[in-house]
Amino acid sequence: MNVLVYLVPTALGLGLAGLFAFLWALKSGQYSDVDGAALRVLSDDDVEN
Amino acid sequence: MTETLDLSHYARPMADGTLGMELAVEGIACGACIGRIEHAVKSVPGVTEARLNFTNRRLHVAWSPGLTKPAAILRALEDGGYHGHPFVPMRAEQQEAAEARRLTRCLAVAGFAAMNIMLLSVSVWSGNVTDITPETRDFFHWASALIALPAAAYAGRPFFASAWRALRSRSLNMDVPISLGVILALGMSLVETVNHAEHAYFDSAIMLLFFLLVGRALDHAVRRKTRAVAGNLAALKAENAHRLDGGEIVSVPSAALRTGDRVLVKPGERVPADGIVLGGRSELDESLITGETARRAVMSGSAVYAGSMNYSGALTLNVTAAGGAALIDEIEKLLEKAASAKSRAMRLADRASRIYAPVVHLTAALTFAGWVIAGAGIHDAVITAIAVLIITCPCALALAIPAVQVVASGALFRANVILNAGDAIERLAEVDTIVFDKTGTLTLPEPRVVDAAALDPQLLQMAARLALSSRHPLAVALSREAIARVPFDGAVEEPGQGVRTLIDGIEARLGSPQFCDVMAPDAVHASTICFRHGGRFAVIPITQKLRADAIDVVNALRARMLDLHILSGDHADAVAPVARVLGIAHWRGGLKPADKIGYIETLRGSGRRVLMVGDGLNDAPSLAAAHVSLSPISAADLTQAHADAVFLGEKLAPVLDAIDAARRARTLMTQNLWLAAIYNAIAVPVAIAGAVTPLIAAAAMSGSSLLVTLNALRAGRAPGGQK
Repeated sequence: MNVLVYLVPTALGLGLAGLFAFLWALKSGQYSDVDGAALRVLSDDDVEN
Repeated sequence: MTETLDLSHYARPMADGTLGMELAVEGIACGACIGRIEHAVKSVPGVTEARLNFTNRRLHVAWSPGLTKPAAILRALEDGGYHGHPFVPMRAEQQEAAEARRLTRCLAVAGFAAMNIMLLSVSVWSGNVTDITPETRDFFHWASALIALPAAAYAGRPFFASAWRALRSRSLNMDVPISLGVILALGMSLVETVNHAEHAYFDSAIMLLFFLLVGRALDHAVRRKTRAVAGNLAALKAENAHRLDGGEIVSVPSAALRTGDRVLVKPGERVPADGIVLGGRSELDESLITGETARRAVMSGSAVYAGSMNYSGALTLNVTAAGGAALIDEIEKLLEKAASAKSRAMRLADRASRIYAPVVHLTAALTFAGWVIAGAGIHDAVITAIAVLIITCPCALALAIPAVQVVASGALFRANVILNAGDAIERLAEVDTIVFDKTGTLTLPEPRVVDAAALDPQLLQMAARLALSSRHPLAVALSREAIARVPFDGAVEEPGQGVRTLIDGIEARLGSPQFCDVMAPDAVHASTICFRHGGRFAVIPITQKLRADAIDVVNALRARMLDLHILSGDHADAVAPVARVLGIAHWRGGLKPADKIGYIETLRGSGRRVLMVGDGLNDAPSLAAAHVSLSPISAADLTQAHADAVFLGEKLAPVLDAIDAARRARTLMTQNLWLAAIYNAIAVPVAIAGAVTPLIAAAAMSGSSLLVTLNALRAGRAPGGQK
């Protein structure tokens, strides 16, 4: 059962990483325009031609 | 005289020294518009940032001061085929955005914690029936405690704060049993963990918080969305005023006008602010304010009200403080009284929680007392009582109503109804009597040609095309009949009389009977505009027509056993024909705002639930006095602010759709409350018996929440059977 000593913290750490990634995304406004984000991915005017 | 456009009212200094502005953008059709709009605006020299939010149709622009002007940005949008309407974001909207972010953060933390604790809990549950060692179990319980305690302290704050506020004002709300349940469950679990016990309830407490936060977040999302849409509509409606600065005319947003400003109002425009006429003569249509369709003559010294339509001549006004006018004062006084009466209506959720909170506390207390009397130890009795608190905590109850509201408000939105108040759906469903205003509500807000088919089509088309050259409201009404929307060349407008031009080498005149040299019969309920082309002429009556589907909608409403009334500020002779066509027996004309309230109060006194549908400023107090209220989008601003919902478009059908959707939503809400009650009826006896393990609590909570949410999705079918 010694494996738990590092497996449980690893699981927690991964979870925390996910949580902070979400909080960061929220803070940087990535959820403020959900419909727009879905459509922007299709446009390519950010590519200089 | 050229006119400059001054939009500095909307510009806000940004952190990096540029100026920023928010625009509500009209005309966005598809995803490609995002790139087109941003590209068009960014190509204006001096613009440093342009970002379109497709979800709420708003554009944020920033530019370097001195390099460009906001007016140039608007022009760039216009050139691209879009209309930008600048607005100042409302403070309430910003506060709600911050609150929404806070709720989402709490939700994220609770979700993370619930998942990880559940991971550990499932191991313990399966270990308990197999061969887990007490040391491993303790380790898992301590790990759970490590996650649960900080997570609850963070994610539970919205509930703890609200419960604390309620307790301090010596009342109970839904958050009191929630907070108590969560805190006691965590505390007890901690004690049990210290004592190497088999069960801990960390997962139940956190999962409870998670489901409750989902309910809160949904509830909030509805309010935010309606507010954003309402903000955009207000921006779309905002009009520019011509301010006289010395000899120069500056076009400024009406919101930027101050007391003492001098303003020019051209024919065909609405008066931008309350004021006193300094110069000029004209006739004003005040139907938006009083409901009266007959026009009032004004001259130097007359008081005029914001929202009146200027008909014949240009006026110069001195802006007076809003509310200084006797009419507005009277309306505001009535409004105050009516609004305080309205707060008596209680939300369904509040009513449920008022019964619910004491019952939960009492059940938990009785369970504790019962087990002590039955001879169980204090420790066991406390654990069972806490289990009762946890299991009764209203996961399903908290989701039951917000989930339906989210789905139903989406359905209403598709039916062109926008909610102002979150609980409007519940109140709409209870309506048994509808009171309509006439002008602008049953009739279209803008006048139309009475019977276009009876006129010579060729003459009518010529007249309508000529009308395109004039901004006189009657001409604007006539121009709607024009098929070719191209004005004639060389049209000359004679102020206060009409327009003339040459068509096929023959002089054509459109305007007053004298101007066209026509003997027009006196029309009582219609204004007339005359047209002469050589020897041929036409007298064209123009009036406010009924909304196209008014008769059908009124019949459908009657079929739903609703009692219909018309209350109008307009002259009784003008109301009678409308009431007759619609077959509405109860109608009154020539009413003052106080009379309308009196009528509604009488209806309420006899136990009726009244829906008031109105648009005029004179309707605002009656809207506030009624059980629930609807306004068309063309309504006066103050009126719209007091309506529970606003409907768009030229049809009356949204009124019917709103009632149908609200009734269905109400049924689903009641069903959901019953589902939650049945769940409690099954789970509570089990808990009182002391048989609830954390596994049962988890299954019961998620099961009932899921059931209630799925049931709520049924509210999404669009009203009127479309889609």
